[in-house]
Amino acid sequence: MKLQSACELALMANSMRADVIRMLVPAASGHTAGPLGMADVFSVLFFHEMKYNAAQPKWEGRDRFVLSNGHICPILYSAMARAGFFPLEELMTLRKLGSRLQGHPSMHKLPGIESSSGPLGEGLAIACGMALSGKMDKAEWRVYCATSDGEHQEGSTWEAVMLAAKYKLDNLVAICDRNYIQIDGGTEEVMPLSDMAEKYRAFGWHAIEVDGHDYAALMRALDEARAMKGKPTMIIAKTVPGKGVKMFENNYKWHGVAPKPEEAEKALAELGEERKKLEAGQ
Amino acid sequence: MKTNPEMHLLDPVLPSLSKAATRNGFGTALVEIGEKDASVVALSADVSCSVQIEKFAKKFPGRFVQVGVAEQNMAAVAAGLAYAGKKPYIGAFAVFSPGRNWEQIRTTICYANADVKIEGSHVGLDVGEDGATHQALEDVSLMRSLPNMTVISPCDYEETKKAVHAAWKIPGPAYIRCTRNATATFTTPETPFAIGRMNLLCEGRDIAIVAAGRLVYDALLAADALSSQGLSVAVANLHTISSPDSAALEKLARECGTVITVEDHQVKGGLGSAVCETLADVYPVRVRRMGMEMKFGESGRGNEVMGKYGLSKDGIIKVVKEEVARKK
Repeated sequence: MKLQSACELALMANSMRADVIRMLVPAASGHTAGPLGMADVFSVLFFHEMKYNAAQPKWEGRDRFVLSNGHICPILYSAMARAGFFPLEELMTLRKLGSRLQGHPSMHKLPGIESSSGPLGEGLAIACGMALSGKMDKAEWRVYCATSDGEHQEGSTWEAVMLAAKYKLDNLVAICDRNYIQIDGGTEEVMPLSDMAEKYRAFGWHAIEVDGHDYAALMRALDEARAMKGKPTMIIAKTVPGKGVKMFENNYKWHGVAPKPEEAEKALAELGEERKKLEAGQ
Repeated sequence: MKTNPEMHLLDPVLPSLSKAATRNGFGTALVEIGEKDASVVALSADVSCSVQIEKFAKKFPGRFVQVGVAEQNMAAVAAGLAYAGKKPYIGAFAVFSPGRNWEQIRTTICYANADVKIEGSHVGLDVGEDGATHQALEDVSLMRSLPNMTVISPCDYEETKKAVHAAWKIPGPAYIRCTRNATATFTTPETPFAIGRMNLLCEGRDIAIVAAGRLVYDALLAADALSSQGLSVAVANLHTISSPDSAALEKLARECGTVITVEDHQVKGGLGSAVCETLADVYPVRVRRMGMEMKFGESGRGNEVMGKYGLSKDGIIKVVKEEVARKK
């Protein structure tokens, strides 16, 4: 499935946002703000940008996707289900005993997950290892790593940043969820990250800042990354945490909390209204 | 004292025994494996010369990744290489790998059961002059607590080469403990080596010593000295600490009654603990653990520092005599 228009991508993101809300209610724990904020990025990555074969998750020519901030996995599971990796109904098993949809992604439980994740500051290094392997083998596939602003407080992230520049990993593109929140509050209060794009440029990367809800801008940035030779690319995607549901938006308290049934009902109604508008404009 | 003929050992008291550091055995074997297997790659954290991965790096520059002083990154990058089909070998000083990057090893290597082999070099008081900050005395404990991890502490250069080849043949992670200083090579190419199998180097009736790493040699020297004093001391090399050979340990415990463990490591969490756990299950006997008594080390020549803390031929003789007296 390759979606091209902003409207198609927006409808997919809208469906995934509703999935996230529906999954989190029975799970009764998990993260709300991050998955909703990254829905548009995941829509572009899974339904426009990346090459994969859901029927053959280990297909050698696939692009590799590493979700470094594993706690936003509800959006990954939704994207994978809608891409055909597993049935949509299975989304409702999130975080339940025996489920393949672990609280943080597990590569052994669910085919298509390239790397278990959750402990912050590791995914970019893993993605670097994959990209190095691709370079050694002169492979065509690319590596995509979704990361978060908060995990740039882990020093190990910067170790990977240096390595990617040194080895000129232009087959690697990272997308940072720049939503300015973390568990204890705003990122700039907890530990300021300030101008992340400038930091990446200083470390030898190609860095692009985009509105993380602007499909055209995201697609352009990914095209630019593919054309870039000799440097890895970081796309700083400025997002609104909790995007799509007014009561969750820009409130750090929704980082690690699941909505209650009555809150979910309101959220789904709001997403339904948005969907009608999108369909009317199609 | 007669050593077990099945072990094909050189006479440990021969002054003509050649000396080599076990880290050199690691480096030599890594090149041999690299020649056989194109998927083998190596990474180091600015110590490729010290941990002897340099030989591989020179021979296969396109398959070597220099990560700089960044052990956490080394572990996770190796994991990514493994997920993409490579067989990475990582090496650094054990205080930093697995000391500093334990969580990366846990999550990205062990949880994934990734085919990453880890060389922890410069272990124990053997490091000597560099002092306490650089003497890894807790690495076995750190690695032994991880599911999927095979932990091997080879006794000499020759056995280290065998351990590296044997680890290459098993999928999944392994940790191989190496020393800085040259020690006597007393095993031979004919000496058997199988992961998980204890080697009984010499038989005995009065007491059993179970050792690992470079102190196996000192245990043999102690047993030899004690035999001339009429004591019959068994010496076993328990190189695979993650899965102690319980049948062989039980037999030894039944025959000798008391077991003394000897290691260049803290007495809690390492070989001694592994032997206690195993014997508690199969045949509980008295176990006297020799090692570092939950202290930090200090500077000095390796042998001097080890001697000060009782980890020497003389230290072992003293403890054997105490334990024999206690049995009576």
